[in-house]
Amino acid sequence: MTAARLAWAVAVLALAALPLVLSLFQVVRLTVFMIFCLLALSLDLIWGFGGILSFGQAAFFGVGGYAYGVAGINTGVTALALVAGAVAAAVLAALLGYFTFYGRVGAMYFAVITLTVTLILHQVIGSTADPRYAIGAARLGGYNGMTNIPSLALELPGRPPLLLDPVPLFYAVAALLVAILAAGAALVRSRFGRVLAAIREDEQRTELLGYDVRWRKLVVFVLSGAVAGLAGGLFAGWGNFINPQVFSLSQSALVVIWVMVGGRGTLYGAIAGAFAVQFLTSYLGAASVTYTSVALGLILIVIVLLFPRGLLPGVLAVARLLLPRPSPALPEES
Amino acid sequence: MDLVAVTAFGILYAIATLVLLALGLAVIFGMMGVINLAQAEFLMLGAYTVLVVTARGASVWVGIAVAPLVVGLVGVLIERTIIRFLYGRMLDTMLATWGLSLALVGAVTLAFGPTTEGIATPLGHFTIGRYSIAQYQVFVMAMALGSLALTWGLFNYTRFGLVARATMQNAGMVAGLGVNPARVYMGTFAFGAALAGLGGAVMAPLTGVVPTLGLAFIAKIFITVIVGGPVILLGTTTAGTVLGLVESLVSYASTPIYGQVAMLAFAIVLLRLLPQGISGFWRRGV
Repeated sequence: MTAARLAWAVAVLALAALPLVLSLFQVVRLTVFMIFCLLALSLDLIWGFGGILSFGQAAFFGVGGYAYGVAGINTGVTALALVAGAVAAAVLAALLGYFTFYGRVGAMYFAVITLTVTLILHQVIGSTADPRYAIGAARLGGYNGMTNIPSLALELPGRPPLLLDPVPLFYAVAALLVAILAAGAALVRSRFGRVLAAIREDEQRTELLGYDVRWRKLVVFVLSGAVAGLAGGLFAGWGNFINPQVFSLSQSALVVIWVMVGGRGTLYGAIAGAFAVQFLTSYLGAASVTYTSVALGLILIVIVLLFPRGLLPGVLAVARLLLPRPSPALPEES
Repeated sequence: MDLVAVTAFGILYAIATLVLLALGLAVIFGMMGVINLAQAEFLMLGAYTVLVVTARGASVWVGIAVAPLVVGLVGVLIERTIIRFLYGRMLDTMLATWGLSLALVGAVTLAFGPTTEGIATPLGHFTIGRYSIAQYQVFVMAMALGSLALTWGLFNYTRFGLVARATMQNAGMVAGLGVNPARVYMGTFAFGAALAGLGGAVMAPLTGVVPTLGLAFIAKIFITVIVGGPVILLGTTTAGTVLGLVESLVSYASTPIYGQVAMLAFAIVLLRLLPQGISGFWRRGV
């Protein structure tokens, strides 16, 4: 327990020190990586612990981003817009979850339905290029995307809003990431989290023990949707821009790949996976989108065929086998 | 009067395309239980086969005849290299075929470029009153009926169909009777792929050929097969009829985009009421 707390303290201190040693460009890039970590976390919460594979995290991310944009442009209060982003995504998750979990749709069908919702959102938002598709002052803009989304600012009553330039934004996102990671870890350890793990292991048995499986699945799905929506809102505020690309097939695939690389069911793994994949793609990123799509596809196939438990856990297991183990001291025979 | 006839024709046509495109998936997903997210890319490969064949100077009809063979072969290749390791692991199959879908779109984009290529629509027009309708649309309907009949006949009246249905129910028993189940899986997967190749090829002159062609269809065909439920052919046809009707009616009233949204929303509500799909309560069979 103390070792875990020490690790937490070291991680938080390291995170806090990073902007002091990195260039501004790296700070900005790291900020968006942390936003992606939140998105990966949202998938691991539902897939790693609830055992429910959702291809719709990109949809919640996108809906959160668009809601942030609409609310931010219309009210100018970005804290409110961030809440709007999380709430909009949670509402979509609640609707989808009600119809699927209470309809007792199987896990496969659920995954396919979340995927189709994402794809159809892509087309619907893409078809809003006409200026008449506007909510208040916010034009949806079709495939060109929504522009002029306000940056995140700290709005205290009775003071002019304080715009978060890169370094404070970095700290704000880092604080959110740490807070949500801690909340997620607490949720997983709670009574609710244990029942959730039971559902993952054997849904029918859990139900026969008297737990309402549908309701619990719905709750964790809504929470996960809210986290993804929050990440989407942060993303829109980070770049002042969002377009239907967030609903694309490759974006949905990325979220799953992050969690598969890091290994599911640990929360930390999802974060490590998102960081690793994003660093790698931004170093290889000079190549075109087409190469990225081929590479992403092949990575997915290879991981599924060779490392079904996740890339990092697989590599670690292999390393553990290969490394000479310190031989435990044998008790001397008397 | 003419308007009614033309609208009815349009609705029938929408249903026929849905059935034609979803049939391959109904075999692979409905029968084998393999969720193949690369199914829409099989459609796309079928369309590209027609493009390549017509670019060599042959007619569209030759392309449509060749496409099922080409895509069927691709199906064999994919089944041998990827799918066969993943039978029984549905989520893993889904992830791997998703990767395959991304890789195929990327590879075709590298080979042919990202632009939409047109193929001239063969056949002329006929008229209903003041309205002119492409004869090719009638051909599409005929192909939908034809491939439906072919699939039904294959699985109900041939030895291969009998063995395939038995294998899907109890592979161990079939192996005990001296048939290699791995071969049957391969053959069924290839047949599903070939059907998709045919569907994509038939639709190619109407939709244009582009690497992301599958994206427009994948949501539709999966919804159709899921709503169809366990009785695959009749279920898929019924679901195609209901969903095609919803889609085309809403499309006529507003835009095709809202037609798709209405179709998806309708399907999700329907699954809340009939979780097993439309044919969930019917007597089981193909």
